[in-house]
Amino acid sequence: MSMANDTQEKTEISVPVSSRREFLGAVAATGGAAILSADVLPETAGAGTDKVAELVLPPATKAVIPFEVHVPEAALDDLKRRLANTRWPNKETVADWSQGVPLAKARALVEYWRTHYDWRRVERSLNALPQFRTELDGLGVHFIHVKSKHPDALPIIITHGWPGSVIEFLQVIAPLVDPTSHGGKPDDAFHVVIPSLPGFGFSDKPTEPGWRLPRIAKVWGVLMQRLGYTRYLAQGGDWGAGVTTWMAKQQLQGLAAIHLNLPILFPPPPAPPGGYAAAEQAALAQLGKYANDASGYASIQGTRPQTLGYGLADSPVGQGMWIYEKFKEWTDNHGNPEDALSLDAMLDDISLYWFTDTAASSARLYFESFQKDFARMPLDMPVAVSIFKGDMFTPPKIWGERTYPKLFYWNEVPKGGHFAAFEQPELFVTELRKSFAQLR
Amino acid sequence: MDKLSCDIPLTEMPPILNSRRDFLRAAAASSAVAILSAESAPETARASPDKVAEPVLPPATKAVTPFKVSVPQSAIDDLKRRLASTRWPERETVSDWSQGVPLQKAQALVAYWRDKYDWRRFETRINAFAQYRTQIDGIGIHFIHVRSPQQNALPIILTHGWPGSVVEFMEIIGPLSDPTRYGGRAEDAFHVVVPSLPGFAFSDKPVEAGWDVNRIARAWATLMPRLGYERWVAQGGDWGAGVTHALAHQRPPGLIAAHVNWQFVFPEKLPENPTPAERKAIDRAALFANDQSGYFREQGTRPQTIGYPLTDSAAGQALWIYEKFQSWTDNHGNPEDELSIDAMLDDISLYWFTGTAASSARIYWENTRSGKAGLSGGRIELPMAASVFPHEIFCPPKAWAEALWPNLFYWNELDKGGHFAAFEQPKLFTEELRKAFRSRRA
Repeated sequence: MSMANDTQEKTEISVPVSSRREFLGAVAATGGAAILSADVLPETAGAGTDKVAELVLPPATKAVIPFEVHVPEAALDDLKRRLANTRWPNKETVADWSQGVPLAKARALVEYWRTHYDWRRVERSLNALPQFRTELDGLGVHFIHVKSKHPDALPIIITHGWPGSVIEFLQVIAPLVDPTSHGGKPDDAFHVVIPSLPGFGFSDKPTEPGWRLPRIAKVWGVLMQRLGYTRYLAQGGDWGAGVTTWMAKQQLQGLAAIHLNLPILFPPPPAPPGGYAAAEQAALAQLGKYANDASGYASIQGTRPQTLGYGLADSPVGQGMWIYEKFKEWTDNHGNPEDALSLDAMLDDISLYWFTDTAASSARLYFESFQKDFARMPLDMPVAVSIFKGDMFTPPKIWGERTYPKLFYWNEVPKGGHFAAFEQPELFVTELRKSFAQLR
Repeated sequence: MDKLSCDIPLTEMPPILNSRRDFLRAAAASSAVAILSAESAPETARASPDKVAEPVLPPATKAVTPFKVSVPQSAIDDLKRRLASTRWPERETVSDWSQGVPLQKAQALVAYWRDKYDWRRFETRINAFAQYRTQIDGIGIHFIHVRSPQQNALPIILTHGWPGSVVEFMEIIGPLSDPTRYGGRAEDAFHVVVPSLPGFAFSDKPVEAGWDVNRIARAWATLMPRLGYERWVAQGGDWGAGVTHALAHQRPPGLIAAHVNWQFVFPEKLPENPTPAERKAIDRAALFANDQSGYFREQGTRPQTIGYPLTDSAAGQALWIYEKFQSWTDNHGNPEDELSIDAMLDDISLYWFTGTAASSARIYWENTRSGKAGLSGGRIELPMAASVFPHEIFCPPKAWAEALWPNLFYWNELDKGGHFAAFEQPKLFTEELRKAFRSRRA
């Protein structure tokens, strides 16, 4: 985690990024994702390389084109075959999670994934929502867009992080859009836009470098304009907080305020004359623990995303455990991720990464931006913050005040962690309603 | 630059550890490794989990038991099947290796492994050496042991690192043990012992924590007397250098000197006005810490988690290692400049067939947890020798070694070779050991 530098100029540079569609067959029908899969099981070991389920997304244009998710049966079969063929490492040599996901937990998750989990269920949930793809700065971006029936609803763009996805927000969309059916008032209503980051979910995978946070932030602004929103809000945690912070930093036209559930308050502000207070010491300790023991994934994703990608793209257990570990380490649980999230919920997210084969492309965001753009910076923009106390980093309010002169809301929520909307959808909705009530 | 602690370790960590043999079927015949594999291709996707090739090693005892490598055909077939159904990520977004192994290189390596590589050739080659397993401190240790025909040969224990193995040393065992057959002099002969680290290759995988370099060094100090050696030397690079530094600190009876081709001699406090040579070493260590240590940090903190993809995906295991052959050898951009594809795949296949991705990664976890980690191995009284190969991850200046090793008796800086010195430059490496230890012979 280092201070951001030389980032502002970069945002002006438009690196030519060819659209992924150039690499895709002319095949795909507009308005539906097709994941084409040839026969996956080789007939003999000596046979030529087999075609393996490959993601094909419909080409995106500047038009906003409806989109539905449909993973073909062959890809589901291929996944189950791979899971049945898992080759396991030996058991960890400790009695806890300190070496990563314990073998017994890993086996249980894989067994559930293979025998009980139903991808079609989450597919139906996604397809029950209006989804679209549109081309932004050369790249097809997937997003959920649900308009409220309330005319004064505030438009909000909500951005996920890694290893999250739009799936984190499935439970909060209805309460945000339709508050009167979910215990709220008409003036709590939002028009909700939830994009998939470049290289994540059903957005295109960048084929050239340069998709750093400032660029993503900028195209989110273009997206909101394209959807007709002239005054809107932005929200995010994890990388989504990075994007949201950069939207504010760039003073995007129409952006009125932001809400963060992981404020980018690292590296920490300089110590005050009397030294750091106790609450600050606790946050410093969290940063130290992260740097020393909990950031290996970020280090490898930030430096060799491609090498890591080979193992994760080829092995569903590898991809599954790479993400499952984070649900354990970052949610508000009592030792097991299942305390905070259901197996189905976690596997929805994991399966999305698997079927879209986005291990490397999602890891590449760390390569692009982790050391360069993901750092504390002052914002000349109204900022609201909710700290979910189970998150891995819970900075004190004083750091927010020192960094955001227009901080207008700060609340510490006793339950919930890093995946706040996923873990505590009701509390998350309440936070957004309370934060933005005064902006209406 | 304030964080120079890329955590090369020399630490203390105790606990206990049971033998892996507790976990092994009683089945396996002694003196041969059996890697049992059931049918791997399921008939239907809904089928129950299939038995997949699982390594089973013969139980080790305190006796020194002969050992041969024999991977069953079903494991080889399973590998080829996995390689044939590799699911690939998209291409990297750069035109170099900066994001890792480029897709095209990765696909070429995997195609070669699947279509052309011959594991049986390697098996024949390794089985031409006398190999053994013996139980030390509760676990079975595999090693090559070649006695010189020269009675007065100097016994030496050579220790590999990660992602290396005994494979690295196969070219030098003959010249070291039988110099007159390889253009050398009888008085340069060594009795050669090349063990596999715990958790690597055909040594047992520890089932409890505690196998750090200090404990491994103590095991080596048990192994050498067990083989009848009362006066011996030690050599190592990478983690093998970690073990060898630890041996040098421990000074077990009989150990008279050590040679390392990676030197942990960074000063505790970096010089304020570094010389050009010091500057270069510092910069290279910083580059390692900032750009090249992702694998290190992941293996050091979550070896089990990274073990899942690498144990399940042959392509994943191969490229995890292949990247290091590109990054750490003395090449012109391609690892094939320095090592043959077959040589690299010998090493990679050894990791694959033994399923040791997680257990080998665990050596990082063991040695970086206890806090005392750094590039300085501290003061060593034992007589020390060093060969510095130019493409090593960092090359410390001699003055740093002199400051920490009062009994430095040999130092040479070569003009070729990298991190896998014996693997890359077997002739130069052999010559270094001959020259270094000439003054230590009785």
